[in-house]
Amino acid sequence: MSMKQQYGQAKDNYHAKIIAKSALIFAVCVLLTLICLVPIYILIVNSTHSNMELVANPSQFFFGSHLGENIQTIMNKVPDGASKVVKRTAQQYSSAFNVGKGYLNSFIIAGSTTVLTVFFSALTAYGLVVYDFKLSGPAYTFIIAVMMIPVQVSSAGFVAFMYSLGLVNSFIPLIVPAIAAPAIIFFMVSYMKSSFPLDIVEASRIDGCGEFRTFLTIAIPMMKPAMAVQAIFAFVANWNNYYTQNMILKNEKFATVPIMVSKVLAFDKNLDNGANFLCVTLSILPIVIVYFILSKFIIAGVALGGVKE
Amino acid sequence: MASAAQRRIKAISYAKYGYMFIAPFFLVYCFFQVWPLIYTFILSFKGNQSEHALWVGLNNYSTILLGQGRAAGAAASQEEFFRALGNTLILWFGNFIPQILLSLLLAVWFTDAKVKLPGKGFFKVVMYMPNIITAASVAALYVNLFGDSENYFVNSTLMKMGLVSAPVAFIKGPIASKLMVMFIQTWLWFGNTMIMLMSGIMGINPSLFEAADIDGANSRQQFFRITLPLLQPIMVYTLVTSMIGGLQMFDIPYLYHNGANFNKQLETVAVYIYYNFNQGTVESANYGYAGAASIVIFIITAILGSITFYMNRDKDAIAKKKQRKKAEKQYKAKMKQGGLTL
Repeated sequence: MSMKQQYGQAKDNYHAKIIAKSALIFAVCVLLTLICLVPIYILIVNSTHSNMELVANPSQFFFGSHLGENIQTIMNKVPDGASKVVKRTAQQYSSAFNVGKGYLNSFIIAGSTTVLTVFFSALTAYGLVVYDFKLSGPAYTFIIAVMMIPVQVSSAGFVAFMYSLGLVNSFIPLIVPAIAAPAIIFFMVSYMKSSFPLDIVEASRIDGCGEFRTFLTIAIPMMKPAMAVQAIFAFVANWNNYYTQNMILKNEKFATVPIMVSKVLAFDKNLDNGANFLCVTLSILPIVIVYFILSKFIIAGVALGGVKE
Repeated sequence: MASAAQRRIKAISYAKYGYMFIAPFFLVYCFFQVWPLIYTFILSFKGNQSEHALWVGLNNYSTILLGQGRAAGAAASQEEFFRALGNTLILWFGNFIPQILLSLLLAVWFTDAKVKLPGKGFFKVVMYMPNIITAASVAALYVNLFGDSENYFVNSTLMKMGLVSAPVAFIKGPIASKLMVMFIQTWLWFGNTMIMLMSGIMGINPSLFEAADIDGANSRQQFFRITLPLLQPIMVYTLVTSMIGGLQMFDIPYLYHNGANFNKQLETVAVYIYYNFNQGTVESANYGYAGAASIVIFIITAILGSITFYMNRDKDAIAKKKQRKKAEKQYKAKMKQGGLTL
């Protein structure tokens, strides 16, 4: 056997191995993709079937034609000729899962917390990085130390305190605390330390620019990438925050999407499976759509050490 | 050469702006976080339900930790708290182990330059997706698919395929429900952990892998000798954040049920705390027990947090600081000596 032949064989062998390995990895990835997507697919499929169909045959794999009826049920717009049970069911669903109201409430909370969190975290990070003052070291240490404290630890006191202030059934205890987000400040401080030149602050001082204006017109535009990443995470985290919202918002008219879903889950009579699935679909739809539009930023953000909720 | 303006600006003290910029954070943090934490601590020394205004000292702690207390059901409260702790541990362990193994495997595969994988970006996007979906909706989704009777999708499909003869109790079954929660938690978090580990692996100097390749190391040797040791800090971080996250496990265990009440077999510490204080009025809530349990969790978190802090501290910076102090001392000693000879 000549040397060339031998070498060629070894090379083929190596290639074959790599191809086999890649194929195995691809198969595993396809399997995991299915595990991630199939529940969502089945959920959407089932929300297009009527309760009758789902009772007769719960294993539906393909789209049905009763989406309209399910929408009518959860909007409480069933035709006048419908039976009493159907009307009662529709009444029950529409009062617990008021889609428009839920989206609006969730959007108000998530939107305003995002703006506050990102702006004030950038402000605090700027203060810590740019200015040299006695307490800046201890302040930063404090922020790192409290970063990992779980919400659960102080929630009993938080709720009792909010009751005593009369702030239950109000968005204030859900929105204002967003000003203080230690993990996001930590992220912004490390971002600023690596990519914010302090000379620029001095230059703007020489040009007679006030400190706050320097922050607004020079620092914020330069911190945009970090702020955008954190804004996405803050929005998602607050949209999904069932724990705090459920302990503060007791009144139905303030209910957010996660609270409404939990209410639908608690039904034990007059169940309509199709409407059930439709409610869950509607609750995840906006966030999934936004996710697929922004997925590139989100994945990059997680890789940067995005905040673990 | 600094201009006159530059010198003048250098002479101004900007310290007050520093305080002004960080003031909003500290005001809000103290009002909405520090005070509630102190208040929780105070509540843990007060009574429950109708005795909510009464100081009871360490009674709540002795009730939930030792089963001895003034209330009639002290032993039951202790049992419930420890069952919740046990459930938290089991559920955390059962989702962390598969999650970290799967994420590590995927992260190594995705960062392997030799492997040709089409659609890598797509896989990453899909695998991270469960993490952004509202946890309450995820619980509702699984409850509606995995219901206990043959009227639900999974059981009906399994029975049609002849895999089971009777419907499986995925929700009420004591073991099946725990396995389901572990599965859901893994489903939610493996993509996130994978991406964090990937960025850790990509931070490793690629020439190390090249050198190992030239020396003939196979992928397993490269993994155990290079990737894993260099990934240690990020692994410790993942472990501790996951442990703290595990202590907070709430949405899925609390909502994975049918009907109005949560599933007692899935009661975690977070659910225990929440259920005790979230009863509407002060007269019917157990703020004392909730407070005492919160403080216990706080202590556990503080211990876990200081472990990460200790493991991840910047060793080079500490060594440099020590050296500098030593040099300073030597310099001072020299000065003293010099002063004497003069």
